[in-house]
Amino acid sequence: MNAMSRNATYNFAYLDEQTKRMIRRAILKAIAIPGYQVPFASREMPMPYGWGTGGVQVTAAILGPDDVLKVIDQGADDTTNAVSIRKFFERVAGIETTTHTAEATIIQTRHRIPEAPLAEGQVLVYQVPIPEPLRFLEPRETETRKMHALEEYGLMHVKLYEDIAKNGHIATTYAYPVKVEGRYVMDPSPTPKFDNPKMHMSAALQLFGAGREKRIYALPPHTEVVSLDFEDHPFEVQRFDRPCALCGAEQVYLDEIVLDDRGGRMFVCSDTDHCETRRAEGHRGELGGELSGEAK
Amino acid sequence: MTIALRNADVFAAEDLPLLCVRGLTRTYGTRIGCAEVDLDVWPGEVLAIVGESGSGKSTLLNCISARLEPTSGTVCYRMRDGEMRDLYRLQEAERRLLLRTDWGFVHQNPADGLRMTVSAGANVGERLMAVGDRHYGRIRETATDWLGRVEISADRIDDQPRAFSGGMRQRLQIARNLVTGPRLVFMDEPTGGLDVSVQARLLDLLRGLVNDLGLAVIIVTHDLAVARLLSHRMIVMKDGNVIEHGLTDRLLDDPQAPYTQLLVSSILQV
Ligand SMILES: Nc1ncnc2c1ncn2[C@@H]1O[C@H](COP(=O)(O)OP(=O)(O)OP(=O)(O)O)[C@@H](O)[C@H]1O
Ligand SMILES: [Mg+2]
Ligand SMILES: [Zn+2]
Repeated sequence: MNAMSRNATYNFAYLDEQTKRMIRRAILKAIAIPGYQVPFASREMPMPYGWGTGGVQVTAAILGPDDVLKVIDQGADDTTNAVSIRKFFERVAGIETTTHTAEATIIQTRHRIPEAPLAEGQVLVYQVPIPEPLRFLEPRETETRKMHALEEYGLMHVKLYEDIAKNGHIATTYAYPVKVEGRYVMDPSPTPKFDNPKMHMSAALQLFGAGREKRIYALPPHTEVVSLDFEDHPFEVQRFDRPCALCGAEQVYLDEIVLDDRGGRMFVCSDTDHCETRRAEGHRGELGGELSGEAK
Repeated sequence: MTIALRNADVFAAEDLPLLCVRGLTRTYGTRIGCAEVDLDVWPGEVLAIVGESGSGKSTLLNCISARLEPTSGTVCYRMRDGEMRDLYRLQEAERRLLLRTDWGFVHQNPADGLRMTVSAGANVGERLMAVGDRHYGRIRETATDWLGRVEISADRIDDQPRAFSGGMRQRLQIARNLVTGPRLVFMDEPTGGLDVSVQARLLDLLRGLVNDLGLAVIIVTHDLAVARLLSHRMIVMKDGNVIEHGLTDRLLDDPQAPYTQLLVSSILQV
Protein backbone atom coordinates (compact mmCIF):
# COMPACT_ATOMS: atom_id res chain seq x y z
CA MET A 1 0.00 0.00 0.00
CA ASN A 2 1.07 3.55 -0.58
CA ALA A 3 -0.42 7.01 -0.50
CA MET A 4 -1.59 6.75 -4.12
CA SER A 5 -4.10 4.00 -3.49
CA ARG A 6 -6.06 5.89 -0.88
CA ASN A 7 -9.81 6.10 -1.40
CA ALA A 8 -10.40 9.75 -2.28
CA THR A 9 -14.03 9.81 -1.15
CA TYR A 10 -12.83 10.53 2.38
CA ASN A 11 -10.62 13.17 3.82
CA PHE A 12 -7.18 11.79 4.72
CA ALA A 13 -7.68 9.36 7.65
CA TYR A 14 -11.48 9.66 7.40
CA LEU A 15 -12.05 12.53 9.85
CA ASP A 16 -12.36 16.07 8.53
CA GLU A 17 -9.56 18.50 9.38
CA GLN A 18 -11.61 20.46 11.88
CA THR A 19 -12.43 17.34 13.86
CA LYS A 20 -8.80 16.27 13.78
CA ARG A 21 -7.74 19.67 15.11
CA MET A 22 -10.26 19.36 17.93
CA ILE A 23 -8.94 15.92 18.85
CA ARG A 24 -5.34 17.12 18.62
CA ARG A 25 -6.11 19.93 21.02
CA ALA A 26 -7.50 17.36 23.46
CA ILE A 27 -4.40 15.22 22.96
CA LEU A 28 -2.09 18.17 23.60
CA LYS A 29 -3.93 19.02 26.78
CA ALA A 30 -3.76 15.37 27.84
CA ILE A 31 -0.01 15.34 27.26
CA ALA A 32 0.36 18.54 29.27
CA ILE A 33 -1.46 16.98 32.24
CA PRO A 34 -0.31 13.34 32.32
CA GLY A 35 -3.02 10.95 33.45
CA TYR A 36 -5.80 13.54 33.39
CA GLN A 37 -8.92 12.61 31.41
CA VAL A 38 -9.67 15.30 28.83
CA PRO A 39 -13.22 15.37 27.45
CA PHE A 40 -13.51 15.53 23.69
CA ALA A 41 -16.36 15.56 21.18
CA SER A 42 -16.14 11.93 20.14
CA ARG A 43 -17.42 11.32 16.59
CA GLU A 44 -19.30 8.47 15.08
CA MET A 45 -16.93 6.14 13.31
CA PRO A 46 -17.93 3.58 10.68
CA MET A 47 -17.56 0.72 13.19
CA PRO A 48 -19.17 -0.33 16.47
CA TYR A 49 -17.99 1.23 19.76
CA GLY A 50 -16.67 -2.10 21.00
CA TRP A 51 -14.13 -1.89 18.21
CA GLY A 52 -12.22 0.90 19.81
CA THR A 53 -13.54 4.04 18.17
CA GLY A 54 -11.70 6.17 20.73
CA GLY A 55 -8.37 4.71 19.71
CA VAL A 56 -9.30 4.95 16.05
CA GLN A 57 -10.10 8.65 16.39
CA VAL A 58 -6.82 9.33 18.18
CA THR A 59 -4.91 7.45 15.51
CA ALA A 60 -6.79 9.29 12.76
CA ALA A 61 -5.94 12.64 14.36
CA ILE A 62 -2.20 12.01 14.67
CA LEU A 63 -1.63 10.02 11.49
CA GLY A 64 0.53 11.53 8.75
CA PRO A 65 1.17 10.16 5.25
CA ASP A 66 4.60 8.86 6.27
CA ASP A 67 3.42 6.96 9.30
CA VAL A 68 3.61 3.20 9.50
CA LEU A 69 0.75 1.70 11.45
CA LYS A 70 0.56 -1.51 13.45
CA VAL A 71 -2.69 -2.66 15.06
CA ILE A 72 -2.94 -5.35 17.71
CA ASP A 73 -5.80 -6.96 19.54
CA GLN A 74 -4.70 -8.97 22.55
CA GLY A 75 -1.14 -9.35 21.29
CA ALA A 76 -2.05 -10.40 17.78
CA ASP A 77 -2.01 -8.57 14.47
CA ASP A 78 -4.28 -11.08 12.76
CA THR A 79 -7.57 -10.95 14.69
CA THR A 80 -10.68 -9.64 12.93
CA ASN A 81 -10.63 -6.42 14.92
CA ALA A 82 -6.96 -5.67 14.26
CA VAL A 83 -7.19 -6.58 10.58
CA SER A 84 -10.29 -4.42 10.09
CA ILE A 85 -8.77 -1.36 11.71
CA ARG A 86 -5.56 -1.79 9.72
CA LYS A 87 -7.55 -2.15 6.48
CA PHE A 88 -9.62 0.86 7.42
CA PHE A 89 -6.57 3.09 7.66
CA GLU A 90 -5.00 1.63 4.53
CA ARG A 91 -8.18 2.58 2.69
CA VAL A 92 -8.88 6.02 4.17
CA ALA A 93 -5.28 7.20 4.59
CA GLY A 94 -3.36 5.10 2.11
CA ILE A 95 -0.63 4.68 4.70
CA GLU A 96 1.76 1.82 5.08
CA THR A 97 0.98 -0.81 7.70
CA THR A 98 3.14 -3.40 9.39
CA THR A 99 3.03 -6.18 11.93
CA HIS A 100 6.58 -5.49 13.13
CA THR A 101 6.74 -3.51 16.33
CA ALA A 102 10.11 -2.00 15.52
CA GLU A 103 8.97 -0.73 12.11
CA ALA A 104 5.78 0.95 13.31
CA THR A 105 5.59 4.66 14.11
CA ILE A 106 2.07 4.29 15.53
CA ILE A 107 0.80 1.16 17.26
CA GLN A 108 -2.88 0.99 18.06
CA THR A 109 -3.69 -1.58 20.71
CA ARG A 110 -6.41 -3.20 22.67
CA HIS A 111 -5.16 -5.18 25.72
CA ARG A 112 -1.43 -5.43 25.21
CA ILE A 113 1.79 -3.47 25.12
CA PRO A 114 4.33 -5.10 22.79
CA GLU A 115 7.08 -7.10 24.48
CA ALA A 116 9.87 -5.34 22.59
CA PRO A 117 10.71 -2.04 24.30
CA LEU A 118 9.25 0.90 22.41
CA ALA A 119 11.53 3.61 21.15
CA GLU A 120 11.53 7.36 21.12
CA GLY A 121 9.31 8.62 18.31
CA GLN A 122 6.87 5.73 18.52
CA VAL A 123 3.29 6.33 19.65
CA LEU A 124 1.19 3.72 21.37
CA VAL A 125 -2.58 4.35 21.05
CA TYR A 126 -4.82 2.45 23.45
CA GLN A 127 -8.48 1.65 22.78
CA VAL A 128 -10.19 2.30 26.10
CA PRO A 129 -13.69 1.14 27.03
CA ILE A 130 -13.94 2.62 30.57
CA PRO A 131 -11.52 5.44 31.38
CA GLU A 132 -12.69 6.21 34.93
CA PRO A 133 -10.82 4.18 37.56
CA LEU A 134 -13.06 5.42 40.38
CA ARG A 135 -16.30 4.32 38.78
CA PHE A 136 -16.26 0.94 40.48
CA LEU A 137 -17.20 2.52 43.80
CA GLU A 138 -18.45 5.95 42.81
CA PRO A 139 -20.81 6.01 39.85
CA ARG A 140 -21.47 9.77 40.06
CA GLU A 141 -19.44 11.61 37.46
CA THR A 142 -19.63 14.95 39.34
CA GLU A 143 -18.16 13.24 42.38
CA THR A 144 -15.35 11.38 40.57
CA ARG A 145 -14.34 14.61 38.88
CA LYS A 146 -14.11 16.30 42.26
CA MET A 147 -12.13 13.39 43.64
CA HIS A 148 -9.58 13.71 40.84
CA ALA A 149 -9.41 17.47 41.30
CA LEU A 150 -8.83 17.15 45.03
CA GLU A 151 -6.61 14.07 44.78
CA GLU A 152 -8.99 12.03 46.90
CA TYR A 153 -7.98 8.55 45.91
CA GLY A 154 -8.71 6.56 49.06
CA LEU A 155 -11.42 4.67 47.19
CA MET A 156 -8.88 3.03 44.91
CA HIS A 157 -7.37 1.37 47.94
CA VAL A 158 -10.81 0.37 49.19
CA LYS A 159 -11.11 -1.59 45.96
CA LEU A 160 -7.73 -3.23 46.47
CA TYR A 161 -8.58 -3.90 50.13
CA GLU A 162 -11.70 -5.76 49.02
CA ASP A 163 -9.64 -7.74 46.60
CA ILE A 164 -7.27 -8.92 49.33
CA ALA A 165 -10.09 -9.53 51.81
CA LYS A 166 -11.82 -11.79 49.27
CA ASN A 167 -8.88 -13.51 47.66
CA GLY A 168 -6.00 -13.23 50.07
CA HIS A 169 -4.05 -11.20 47.53
CA ILE A 170 -4.69 -8.42 45.02
CA ALA A 171 -6.60 -10.39 42.41
CA THR A 172 -7.03 -7.55 39.92
CA THR A 173 -5.16 -8.74 36.85
CA TYR A 174 -6.12 -6.21 34.22
CA ALA A 175 -7.15 -2.54 34.24
CA TYR A 176 -4.89 -2.33 37.27
CA PRO A 177 -4.88 1.28 38.51
CA VAL A 178 -1.75 3.39 38.40
CA LYS A 179 -0.68 6.76 39.72
CA VAL A 180 0.88 9.04 37.16
CA GLU A 181 3.69 11.42 38.13
CA GLY A 182 2.49 11.23 41.72
CA ARG A 183 -0.72 13.02 40.82
CA TYR A 184 -3.56 11.50 38.77
CA VAL A 185 -4.83 7.98 39.25
CA MET A 186 -5.37 6.41 35.85
CA ASP A 187 -6.92 3.25 34.49
CA PRO A 188 -4.65 1.59 31.93
CA SER A 189 -7.85 -0.07 30.81
CA PRO A 190 -7.98 -3.62 29.57
CA THR A 191 -4.24 -4.23 29.46
CA PRO A 192 -3.04 -6.96 31.82
CA LYS A 193 -1.15 -5.73 34.85
CA PHE A 194 1.78 -7.62 33.39
CA ASP A 195 2.20 -4.65 31.08
CA ASN A 196 1.98 -1.94 33.77
CA PRO A 197 5.74 -1.75 34.31
CA LYS A 198 6.18 -1.15 30.56
CA MET A 199 4.21 2.08 30.85
CA HIS A 200 6.63 3.42 33.43
CA MET A 201 9.29 5.68 31.90
CA SER A 202 8.51 4.43 28.41
CA ALA A 203 10.38 6.25 25.65
CA ALA A 204 7.22 6.19 23.53
CA LEU A 205 4.28 8.56 23.74
CA GLN A 206 1.20 6.74 25.06
CA LEU A 207 -2.27 8.01 24.14
CA PHE A 208 -5.55 6.62 25.44
CA GLY A 209 -8.84 7.13 23.61
CA ALA A 210 -12.28 6.23 24.96
CA GLY A 211 -14.89 6.72 22.22
CA ARG A 212 -18.16 6.00 23.94
CA GLU A 213 -17.02 7.84 27.08
CA LYS A 214 -15.53 10.74 25.12
CA ARG A 215 -12.25 10.94 26.99
CA ILE A 216 -8.61 11.16 25.99
CA TYR A 217 -5.66 10.83 28.34
CA ALA A 218 -1.94 10.49 27.85
CA LEU A 219 1.46 9.55 29.17
CA PRO A 220 4.22 11.62 27.61
CA PRO A 221 7.56 9.84 27.12
CA HIS A 222 9.52 9.15 30.31
CA THR A 223 6.55 9.53 32.65
CA GLU A 224 6.50 7.97 36.10
CA VAL A 225 3.74 5.35 36.30
CA VAL A 226 3.33 3.54 39.61
CA SER A 227 0.89 0.70 40.21
CA LEU A 228 -1.15 1.16 43.39
CA ASP A 229 -0.64 -1.36 46.18
CA PHE A 230 -0.25 -1.85 49.92
CA GLU A 231 3.05 -1.94 51.81
CA ASP A 232 2.33 -5.50 52.89
CA HIS A 233 0.80 -6.52 49.54
CA PRO A 234 3.13 -4.98 46.98
CA PHE A 235 2.27 -4.85 43.30
CA GLU A 236 3.35 -7.92 41.38
CA VAL A 237 3.03 -8.86 37.74
CA GLN A 238 1.67 -12.21 36.64
CA ARG A 239 4.34 -14.87 36.46
CA PHE A 240 4.34 -17.76 34.06
CA ASP A 241 6.01 -20.94 35.18
CA ARG A 242 7.25 -21.83 31.72
CA PRO A 243 8.68 -20.23 28.59
CA CYS A 244 6.82 -19.82 25.29
CA ALA A 245 6.34 -23.24 23.68
CA LEU A 246 7.19 -21.89 20.26
CA CYS A 247 10.06 -19.46 20.72
CA GLY A 248 11.22 -20.23 24.25
CA ALA A 249 10.83 -16.63 25.41
CA GLU A 250 10.74 -16.12 29.18
CA GLN A 251 9.23 -13.22 31.11
CA VAL A 252 6.68 -12.58 28.39
CA TYR A 253 2.90 -12.70 28.57
CA LEU A 254 1.61 -16.10 27.46
CA ASP A 255 -1.73 -17.20 26.01
CA GLU A 256 -3.05 -20.68 26.45
CA ILE A 257 -3.77 -22.48 23.19
CA VAL A 258 -5.90 -25.62 23.11
CA LEU A 259 -4.35 -28.12 20.72
CA ASP A 260 -6.90 -30.91 20.60
CA ASP A 261 -10.02 -32.18 22.33
CA ARG A 262 -8.02 -34.51 24.58
CA GLY A 263 -6.82 -31.71 26.82
CA GLY A 264 -3.63 -30.98 24.93
CA ARG A 265 -2.60 -27.35 25.23
CA MET A 266 0.38 -25.10 25.05
CA PHE A 267 1.43 -21.66 26.21
CA VAL A 268 2.72 -19.25 23.63
CA CYS A 269 3.61 -15.56 23.38
CA SER A 270 0.50 -13.38 23.26
CA ASP A 271 2.60 -10.93 21.24
CA THR A 272 2.65 -12.74 17.90
CA ASP A 273 5.18 -10.41 16.31
CA HIS A 274 7.57 -10.92 19.20
CA CYS A 275 7.23 -14.68 18.86
CA GLU A 276 7.71 -14.67 15.09
CA THR A 277 10.68 -12.35 15.30
CA ARG A 278 12.35 -14.60 17.84
CA ARG A 279 11.70 -17.70 15.78
CA ALA A 280 13.10 -15.97 12.71
CA GLU A 281 16.20 -15.33 14.79
CA GLY A 282 16.42 -19.06 15.46
CA HIS A 283 14.96 -19.29 18.96
CA ARG A 284 12.94 -22.42 19.59
CA GLY A 285 10.62 -23.53 22.41
CA GLU A 286 9.81 -27.13 23.31
CA LEU A 287 7.16 -27.37 20.56
CA GLY A 288 8.78 -24.84 18.28
CA GLY A 289 9.99 -27.39 15.75
CA GLU A 290 6.85 -29.28 14.80
CA LEU A 291 4.08 -26.87 15.61
CA SER A 292 5.07 -23.44 14.48
CA GLY A 293 2.88 -22.28 11.66
CA GLU A 294 -0.20 -24.42 12.26
CA ALA A 295 -0.62 -23.57 15.93
CA LYS A 296 -2.66 -20.45 15.49
CA MET B 1 6.60 37.38 75.12
CA THR B 2 5.12 35.77 72.05
CA ILE B 3 5.91 32.31 73.29
CA ALA B 4 4.27 32.88 76.63
CA LEU B 5 1.20 34.12 74.87
CA ARG B 6 1.04 31.04 72.68
CA ASN B 7 1.29 28.73 75.67
CA ALA B 8 -1.52 30.56 77.33
CA ASP B 9 -3.55 30.06 74.17
CA VAL B 10 -2.98 26.33 74.20
CA PHE B 11 -4.10 26.01 77.78
CA ALA B 12 -7.07 28.19 77.10
CA ALA B 13 -8.13 26.03 74.15
CA GLU B 14 -9.80 23.62 76.55
CA ASP B 15 -12.13 26.36 77.61
CA LEU B 16 -12.83 27.65 74.16
CA PRO B 17 -15.75 26.53 72.03
CA LEU B 18 -15.11 24.03 69.27
CA LEU B 19 -17.89 25.37 67.11
CA CYS B 20 -19.51 28.79 66.99
CA VAL B 21 -22.67 29.41 65.00
CA ARG B 22 -23.88 32.97 64.55
CA GLY B 23 -26.98 34.32 62.87
CA LEU B 24 -27.42 31.16 60.84
CA THR B 25 -30.32 31.34 58.42
CA ARG B 26 -31.32 29.00 55.67
CA THR B 27 -34.35 29.61 53.51
CA TYR B 28 -35.83 27.47 50.77
CA GLY B 29 -37.30 30.09 48.48
CA THR B 30 -39.75 31.90 50.72
CA ARG B 31 -39.96 29.04 53.21
CA ILE B 32 -37.78 29.27 56.29
CA GLY B 33 -35.61 26.26 57.09
CA CYS B 34 -33.97 27.79 60.13
CA ALA B 35 -33.58 31.41 61.17
CA GLU B 36 -30.99 33.45 63.07
CA VAL B 37 -29.58 30.55 65.06
CA ASP B 38 -26.70 31.22 67.50
CA LEU B 39 -25.04 28.35 69.30
CA ASP B 40 -21.69 27.19 70.67
CA VAL B 41 -20.44 23.69 71.25
CA TRP B 42 -17.52 22.94 73.57
CA PRO B 43 -15.09 20.03 73.29
CA GLY B 44 -16.57 16.84 74.70
CA GLU B 45 -20.05 18.27 74.92
CA VAL B 46 -23.22 16.66 73.61
CA LEU B 47 -25.81 19.08 72.29
CA ALA B 48 -29.28 17.86 71.36
CA ILE B 49 -31.45 19.67 68.85
CA VAL B 50 -35.10 18.80 69.45
CA GLY B 51 -38.37 19.93 67.98
CA GLU B 52 -41.32 18.63 66.02
CA SER B 53 -41.20 17.51 62.42
CA GLY B 54 -40.45 20.38 60.05
CA SER B 55 -39.07 22.62 62.81
CA GLY B 56 -35.71 22.95 61.04
CA LYS B 57 -33.52 20.48 62.91
CA SER B 58 -32.03 18.79 59.86
CA THR B 59 -31.62 22.08 58.04
CA LEU B 60 -29.64 23.46 60.96
CA LEU B 61 -27.55 20.31 61.32
CA ASN B 62 -26.74 20.22 57.62
CA CYS B 63 -25.73 23.88 57.62
CA ILE B 64 -23.39 23.51 60.57
CA SER B 65 -21.84 20.32 59.20
CA ALA B 66 -20.88 21.98 55.90
CA ARG B 67 -23.36 19.94 53.92
CA LEU B 68 -25.80 22.70 53.09
CA GLU B 69 -24.78 26.27 52.37
CA PRO B 70 -26.53 28.73 54.71
CA THR B 71 -28.37 31.69 53.24
CA SER B 72 -26.64 33.90 55.79
CA GLY B 73 -24.70 33.66 59.02
CA THR B 74 -21.41 32.01 59.95
CA VAL B 75 -20.20 28.67 61.22
CA CYS B 76 -16.71 28.73 62.73
CA TYR B 77 -14.77 25.67 63.79
CA ARG B 78 -11.61 25.38 65.87
CA MET B 79 -9.17 23.42 63.73
CA ARG B 80 -6.67 21.04 65.32
CA ASP B 81 -4.06 23.77 65.24
CA GLY B 82 -6.32 25.85 67.50
CA GLU B 83 -7.26 28.35 64.83
CA MET B 84 -10.92 29.29 64.44
CA ARG B 85 -11.96 29.05 60.79
CA ASP B 86 -15.14 29.96 58.97
CA LEU B 87 -16.31 26.71 57.36
CA TYR B 88 -17.70 28.26 54.28
CA ARG B 89 -14.46 30.12 53.64
CA LEU B 90 -12.33 26.99 53.73
CA GLN B 91 -10.99 25.61 50.48
CA GLU B 92 -13.12 22.74 49.32
CA ALA B 93 -10.21 20.33 49.82
CA GLU B 94 -9.78 21.50 53.43
CA ARG B 95 -13.48 21.16 54.10
CA ARG B 96 -13.67 17.69 52.69
CA LEU B 97 -10.61 16.63 54.65
CA LEU B 98 -12.24 17.94 57.82
CA LEU B 99 -15.38 15.98 57.02
CA ARG B 100 -13.58 12.69 56.85
CA THR B 101 -11.04 13.12 59.60
CA ASP B 102 -11.95 15.49 62.40
CA TRP B 103 -15.70 15.10 61.94
CA GLY B 104 -18.21 12.33 61.60
CA PHE B 105 -21.76 12.28 60.32
CA VAL B 106 -24.19 9.55 61.32
CA HIS B 107 -27.27 9.39 59.13
CA GLN B 108 -30.66 8.14 60.20
CA ASN B 109 -30.63 5.73 57.30
CA PRO B 110 -27.38 3.73 57.45
CA ALA B 111 -27.47 3.21 53.68
CA ASP B 112 -26.81 6.95 53.31
CA GLY B 113 -23.63 6.71 55.34
CA LEU B 114 -22.29 3.30 54.37
CA ARG B 115 -20.99 1.75 51.18
CA MET B 116 -23.46 -1.08 50.92
CA THR B 117 -21.51 -3.05 48.32
CA VAL B 118 -18.18 -3.33 50.09
CA SER B 119 -17.34 -5.32 53.21
CA ALA B 120 -17.71 -4.07 56.78
CA GLY B 121 -13.92 -4.01 57.07
CA ALA B 122 -13.56 -1.79 54.02
CA ASN B 123 -16.34 0.47 55.31
CA VAL B 124 -14.41 1.04 58.50
CA GLY B 125 -11.05 1.17 56.74
CA GLU B 126 -12.07 3.69 54.10
CA ARG B 127 -11.23 6.78 56.11
CA LEU B 128 -7.86 5.35 57.06
CA MET B 129 -7.07 4.73 53.41
CA ALA B 130 -8.38 8.19 52.55
CA VAL B 131 -5.79 9.75 54.84
CA GLY B 132 -3.01 7.63 53.41
CA ASP B 133 -2.76 4.40 55.40
CA ARG B 134 -1.23 1.90 52.99
CA HIS B 135 -0.76 -1.14 55.23
CA TYR B 136 -3.46 -3.74 54.69
CA GLY B 137 -2.74 -5.69 57.86
CA ARG B 138 -2.83 -2.60 60.03
CA ILE B 139 -6.03 -1.30 58.44
CA ARG B 140 -7.67 -4.65 59.00
CA GLU B 141 -6.51 -4.80 62.59
CA THR B 142 -7.91 -1.34 63.28
CA ALA B 143 -11.17 -2.27 61.56
CA THR B 144 -11.45 -5.44 63.64
CA ASP B 145 -10.84 -3.44 66.77
CA TRP B 146 -13.53 -0.92 65.86
CA LEU B 147 -16.05 -3.60 64.96
CA GLY B 148 -15.46 -5.01 68.43
CA ARG B 149 -16.03 -1.64 70.03
CA VAL B 150 -19.42 -1.38 68.35
CA GLU B 151 -20.23 -4.99 69.26
CA ILE B 152 -19.97 -6.51 65.82
CA SER B 153 -18.15 -9.80 65.95
CA ALA B 154 -14.84 -10.02 64.12
CA ASP B 155 -16.02 -12.84 61.88
CA ARG B 156 -18.43 -10.45 60.15
CA ILE B 157 -15.58 -8.25 58.89
CA ASP B 158 -15.81 -9.52 55.32
CA ASP B 159 -19.60 -9.38 55.11
CA GLN B 160 -21.32 -6.56 53.30
CA PRO B 161 -23.65 -4.34 55.35
CA ARG B 162 -26.48 -5.60 53.15
CA ALA B 163 -26.28 -8.78 55.23
CA PHE B 164 -26.55 -6.82 58.51
CA SER B 165 -29.60 -5.98 60.61
CA GLY B 166 -30.66 -2.34 60.98
CA GLY B 167 -29.00 -2.06 64.38
CA MET B 168 -25.75 -3.59 63.15
CA ARG B 169 -25.70 -1.28 60.15
CA GLN B 170 -26.09 1.70 62.44
CA ARG B 171 -23.26 0.47 64.67
CA LEU B 172 -21.11 -0.09 61.60
CA GLN B 173 -21.83 3.45 60.46
CA ILE B 174 -20.71 4.72 63.84
CA ALA B 175 -17.48 2.71 63.72
CA ARG B 176 -16.78 3.96 60.20
CA ASN B 177 -17.04 7.53 61.47
CA LEU B 178 -15.05 7.13 64.66
CA VAL B 179 -12.05 5.30 63.22
CA THR B 180 -10.11 8.50 62.52
CA GLY B 181 -10.65 9.83 66.04
CA PRO B 182 -12.90 12.77 65.14
CA ARG B 183 -13.52 15.50 67.71
CA LEU B 184 -17.02 16.33 66.56
CA VAL B 185 -19.76 14.00 65.34
CA PHE B 186 -23.09 15.04 63.87
CA MET B 187 -26.03 12.69 64.15
CA ASP B 188 -29.47 13.02 62.59
CA GLU B 189 -31.98 10.78 64.34
CA PRO B 190 -29.43 7.96 64.69
CA THR B 191 -31.93 5.70 66.44
CA GLY B 192 -34.85 6.77 64.27
CA GLY B 193 -35.47 3.71 62.15
CA LEU B 194 -34.87 1.13 64.86
CA ASP B 195 -37.30 -0.71 67.11
CA VAL B 196 -37.30 0.08 70.78
CA SER B 197 -35.04 -2.62 72.22
CA VAL B 198 -32.47 -2.08 69.46
CA GLN B 199 -32.66 1.66 70.10
CA ALA B 200 -31.91 1.18 73.77
CA ARG B 201 -28.84 -0.89 73.06
CA LEU B 202 -27.55 1.59 70.50
CA LEU B 203 -28.07 4.52 72.88
CA ASP B 204 -26.18 2.67 75.55
CA LEU B 205 -23.33 2.02 73.18
CA LEU B 206 -23.30 5.62 71.98
CA ARG B 207 -23.22 6.97 75.50
CA GLY B 208 -20.28 4.75 76.34
CA LEU B 209 -18.31 5.74 73.25
CA VAL B 210 -19.00 9.44 73.66
CA ASN B 211 -17.80 9.32 77.26
CA ASP B 212 -14.74 7.19 76.54
CA LEU B 213 -13.63 9.25 73.58
CA GLY B 214 -14.58 12.66 74.93
CA LEU B 215 -16.45 13.36 71.70
CA ALA B 216 -18.41 16.48 71.02
CA VAL B 217 -21.73 15.53 69.46
CA ILE B 218 -24.55 17.47 67.91
CA ILE B 219 -27.51 15.16 67.75
CA VAL B 220 -30.88 15.82 66.16
CA THR B 221 -33.78 13.97 67.65
CA HIS B 222 -37.46 14.42 68.17
CA ASP B 223 -37.27 11.92 71.03
CA LEU B 224 -36.81 13.74 74.33
CA ALA B 225 -35.81 10.48 76.01
CA VAL B 226 -32.82 10.25 73.66
CA ALA B 227 -31.90 13.84 74.45
CA ARG B 228 -32.21 13.16 78.18
CA LEU B 229 -29.99 10.12 78.01
CA LEU B 230 -27.21 11.48 75.80
CA SER B 231 -27.02 15.23 75.93
CA HIS B 232 -25.60 17.82 78.29
CA ARG B 233 -27.38 20.73 76.68
CA MET B 234 -30.41 21.11 74.44
CA ILE B 235 -31.94 23.55 72.07
CA VAL B 236 -35.62 23.44 71.22
CA MET B 237 -36.71 24.49 67.73
CA LYS B 238 -40.04 25.56 66.38
CA ASP B 239 -40.75 26.95 62.93
CA GLY B 240 -37.05 27.33 62.25
CA ASN B 241 -36.33 29.31 65.42
CA VAL B 242 -34.56 28.31 68.62
CA ILE B 243 -37.20 28.97 71.24
CA GLU B 244 -35.37 27.63 74.26
CA HIS B 245 -31.93 26.39 75.18
CA GLY B 246 -30.19 25.26 78.31
CA LEU B 247 -28.79 22.37 80.30
CA THR B 248 -30.73 19.23 79.47
CA ASP B 249 -31.79 18.36 83.02
CA ARG B 250 -32.86 21.90 83.78
CA LEU B 251 -34.73 22.24 80.51
CA LEU B 252 -36.60 18.97 80.78
CA ASP B 253 -37.42 19.34 84.47
CA ASP B 254 -38.35 22.99 84.31
CA PRO B 255 -39.21 24.06 80.77
CA GLN B 256 -39.75 27.79 80.36
CA ALA B 257 -41.27 28.27 76.93
CA PRO B 258 -44.92 27.23 76.68
CA TYR B 259 -44.10 25.15 73.61
CA THR B 260 -41.37 23.26 75.45
CA GLN B 261 -43.75 22.70 78.33
CA LEU B 262 -46.16 21.16 75.87
CA LEU B 263 -43.44 18.99 74.34
CA VAL B 264 -42.27 17.78 77.71
CA SER B 265 -45.72 17.08 79.03
CA SER B 266 -46.72 15.20 75.90
CA ILE B 267 -43.70 12.97 76.15
CA LEU B 268 -44.41 12.34 79.81
CA GLN B 269 -47.88 11.21 78.94
CA VAL B 270 -46.61 8.50 76.65
N1 LIG C 1 -35.01 20.79 50.20
C1 LIG C 1 -36.01 21.52 50.70
N2 LIG C 1 -36.75 22.30 49.89
C2 LIG C 1 -37.77 23.06 50.37
N3 LIG C 1 -38.10 23.09 51.65
C3 LIG C 1 -37.41 22.34 52.52
C4 LIG C 1 -36.34 21.51 52.08
N4 LIG C 1 -35.82 20.86 53.16
C5 LIG C 1 -36.55 21.26 54.20
N5 LIG C 1 -37.50 22.15 53.83
C6 LIG C 1 -38.46 22.83 54.71
O1 LIG C 1 -37.74 23.47 55.75
C7 LIG C 1 -38.41 23.29 56.99
C8 LIG C 1 -37.49 22.58 57.96
O2 LIG C 1 -37.27 21.25 57.48
P1 LIG C 1 -36.25 20.24 58.18
O3 LIG C 1 -36.12 19.06 57.28
O4 LIG C 1 -35.04 20.96 58.54
O5 LIG C 1 -37.06 19.83 59.48
P2 LIG C 1 -36.80 18.72 60.58
O6 LIG C 1 -36.95 19.39 61.88
O7 LIG C 1 -35.53 18.04 60.31
O8 LIG C 1 -38.02 17.73 60.33
P3 LIG C 1 -38.10 16.13 60.54
O9 LIG C 1 -38.20 15.90 62.00
O10 LIG C 1 -39.37 15.77 59.84
O11 LIG C 1 -36.90 15.52 59.91
C9 LIG C 1 -39.69 22.55 56.67
O12 LIG C 1 -40.71 23.47 56.49
C10 LIG C 1 -39.38 21.85 55.38
O13 LIG C 1 -40.56 21.65 54.64
MG1 LIG D 1 -34.99 15.98 59.80
ZN1 LIG E 1 6.99 -16.99 21.65
